[in-house]
Amino acid sequence: MYELFKARAERAGAEVHRFTTKAEAEAYIVDLFQKEQVRDETGHLVVWADCPFLDEALKERVSTLPGMRFTVSREDANAAWIGISQVDGALAEIGTLVQDATAIDKRLVSMLPEVHLAILSTKTIVADMPAWIAQTDTSTLGSYMSMITGPSRTADIERVLTIGVHGPRRLVVCCVDEMGGVA
Amino acid sequence: MEKQFRESIGTALDDAKLSAALGKFSVDYKVNRAKIYEDTDFEALRSQIAACKSYAAEHMEELAAEFTKNAEARGAKVFRANSPEAVREYILQVAKDNGVKLIVKSKSMATEEIHLNPFLEKEGIEVAETDLGEWIIQLAGQRPSHMVMPAIHLTREDVADIFSKEVEERLSSDIPRLVQLAREKLRPKFLQAGMGISGGNIAVAETGTVVLVTNEGNARLTTTLPKVHVAVIGLEKLVAKFADVAPILKALPRSATAQLLTSYVSMITGPAPTDDGGVKDLHIVLMDNQRSAMAHDPMFKEALQCIRCASCLNVCPIFRLVGGHVFGKVYTGAIGTILTAWYEGLQQSEDIQGLCIMCGACKDVCPGKIDIPSLIMEVRRRLVQNEGVPLIQKSIYQVVNNRKLFHGMLRAASVAGKPLSKGGFIRHLPLFLSDLTEGRSLPAIAATPLRDSIKKIEQPKGLQEKAVFYAGCLIDFAYPEMGEALVKILNKAGVEVLFPEGQTCCGAPARYSGVYEIAAKNSKDNIDALLSVAADYVVSACPTCTVALNEEFIATFKSLGQTEHLARAEQLAAKTMDFSTLVKKLVDEGRLSLKEGQQLGKITYHDSCHLKRSLRADQPPRELLQKAGYEISEMFECDVCCGMGGSYSVKLPEMSAPILQRKLKNIKDTGAPVVAMDCPGCVMQIRGGMHQDGAGVQVRHTVELIAQQLAD
Repeated sequence: MYELFKARAERAGAEVHRFTTKAEAEAYIVDLFQKEQVRDETGHLVVWADCPFLDEALKERVSTLPGMRFTVSREDANAAWIGISQVDGALAEIGTLVQDATAIDKRLVSMLPEVHLAILSTKTIVADMPAWIAQTDTSTLGSYMSMITGPSRTADIERVLTIGVHGPRRLVVCCVDEMGGVA
Repeated sequence: MEKQFRESIGTALDDAKLSAALGKFSVDYKVNRAKIYEDTDFEALRSQIAACKSYAAEHMEELAAEFTKNAEARGAKVFRANSPEAVREYILQVAKDNGVKLIVKSKSMATEEIHLNPFLEKEGIEVAETDLGEWIIQLAGQRPSHMVMPAIHLTREDVADIFSKEVEERLSSDIPRLVQLAREKLRPKFLQAGMGISGGNIAVAETGTVVLVTNEGNARLTTTLPKVHVAVIGLEKLVAKFADVAPILKALPRSATAQLLTSYVSMITGPAPTDDGGVKDLHIVLMDNQRSAMAHDPMFKEALQCIRCASCLNVCPIFRLVGGHVFGKVYTGAIGTILTAWYEGLQQSEDIQGLCIMCGACKDVCPGKIDIPSLIMEVRRRLVQNEGVPLIQKSIYQVVNNRKLFHGMLRAASVAGKPLSKGGFIRHLPLFLSDLTEGRSLPAIAATPLRDSIKKIEQPKGLQEKAVFYAGCLIDFAYPEMGEALVKILNKAGVEVLFPEGQTCCGAPARYSGVYEIAAKNSKDNIDALLSVAADYVVSACPTCTVALNEEFIATFKSLGQTEHLARAEQLAAKTMDFSTLVKKLVDEGRLSLKEGQQLGKITYHDSCHLKRSLRADQPPRELLQKAGYEISEMFECDVCCGMGGSYSVKLPEMSAPILQRKLKNIKDTGAPVVAMDCPGCVMQIRGGMHQDGAGVQVRHTVELIAQQLAD
């Protein structure tokens, strides 16, 4: 399932990485901060939406890094280079992330920054849309469900594919096999 | 046709940039579409969509009520609006109540339909379209030319010009930089706007959910950042169950842009929190504007199965020549013709409906399984019913309706046309074939029509099996040799061919012009004639005629509510077969043998619209030709219309001509010395074109080629 998801998500322009443990994912993310030179400066912040992956210990470790924002305002999200959120699942057949984005910060961090980094528990990948719908309790559907497939794109000028119109130019997916107590 | 409209066709045809853009797109689209559907059972998928959408159309009121209840239970405000005015006034009131000065919009055809932007702007509210294509169109002061790609008619240079004016700075035509500019200019608007307006791709009654798909991410921003969100949704977007979302979301991106899924899908069920600590003020406008009337129309309710993917535009040989500014109003192309007739009034579709050549390419790809050509034909019929037929056309059809007079005139024409004919072609024909296009020579009317010459053929005595041959006008009066070839082949297989003389025009010219009463009279005359003798089957070597006998006699009677001849029409339909399918069957049964071991060289095959898309018989002729010893070299776009379209080539020669030229080029590019086809109409168009072109490619009906290869 993971392999198909990865192939299809990459075809849609996403970057997909797989980690066995949370620690490995954390190391990758911190390394990405450095590569992208995030800092306490407009246009270079990191906005990180509240999520199970971001437990207190992790928050404490990364809060020492420059430019971190854990309480997300639209101003900060608009001034951020990287936005991080955890998603709830994925659809392998079409390389799509699924997220209950009712919480406003999840939407802000995945819309306004240049890069969206999505954390995904490998176990939550399902085959396709019908499979996801079948396991969804429609009576308690979140107010704002999001599906994300690759970065923001357009082909409105001469049908030339151009990445990053109104949303992120880069979508980085970190799949974690062992989330621990975290779904 | 209005003079002004005629001129707009001319302008579009002369627009080299437009035809280059649309031409390239139409080619790319077919390839990309085929690829993205590779692993999908498209027929099964579209049956699923058609089932859930037709259910929704039939239960529109119930689903609207259920949607309203469920969306309101989740905290949305749902407003049912029957007219465009009501929608506009409601939105204006919401804007006023909230002191809105700036509105951001994500792409919505429903708001285009009600001309919302100029209305709000007149009230002093700034409206910013945020879909890149829509923004370009808005800045240019135009209307979208395509439902999915609104600015497809503009080049990067055009866009650079439009943006340069906006920012008062000379910009280069570098696409990524133009896109970046749009991002920079529109981002502050998203952040400042007091209201976001969206459309809705699907509205789920079971949950009260609005589903939005976009690639750019503008719908997410539009529905998230402003305090107020108004979604304007046509009633046809309703579906019953949340599970119905799956097949629609599978087909829509594949058919629209050849993607597995758009970058973003938002499913909104009631108001979500906003970033000021409150919750969204969510308004959902369910817009009727004739949709419930459509749902009550026994024919047009099918059009509500549309999911607005625009694939019917993308495969249309006419759309790719003139684009959506000519072919359409707010909604463009094939489905646009039907929607225009309903949303803006039947009269508004008068000009554009005439552009459809009835090739059926759209019907083949429609994920809502809508029989679009039949519905356009019905638009025509109703127009004729309301407004009558132009006098000149009427006199022609009256002639066609009187078989003896019609045939008498055709005979007279063979004499009258003689001085003008040269090498089997003439430039001018009397009657309805008089106003002819450049670039094509027409056949001379045969000195002896098939109905006379067939009597002189000595058929073997005592054959048990009998076939009635329905010749159709072209074989009867222009190409009797095709009919004679057919007799030869069937005789060889032990089948006697009968030719009831009462047979006349199949009625297609009248039917395709919306004059159903005349077509019905033709149908009745033919049923009488063809069922007057006992036979095992009725065979035709003209696919258009075959489809008439097979389906359209029945459909015409049904449209007119005439039931008297229905049973006999069905009896006739059941025994009708096209030439190639019948002969292939005879060969397979070992009743007909072709010469062994022939090496006849390269041939290319042109698929006639009705044979391929109505009769689904594109393989039998190919198999026959291969069996005869030809080596088939497929041409590019082998199943794209040749531009004949019956009387279309007479009514709109300026459209027919470039379609023919493209076909001729595709044929010549194969290097084959012969092109075969199964339709005498296509032969007339392509042979005439080839004659004027002088390329020397032989243009033959399959029947002629097979008759030459019968084993002794």
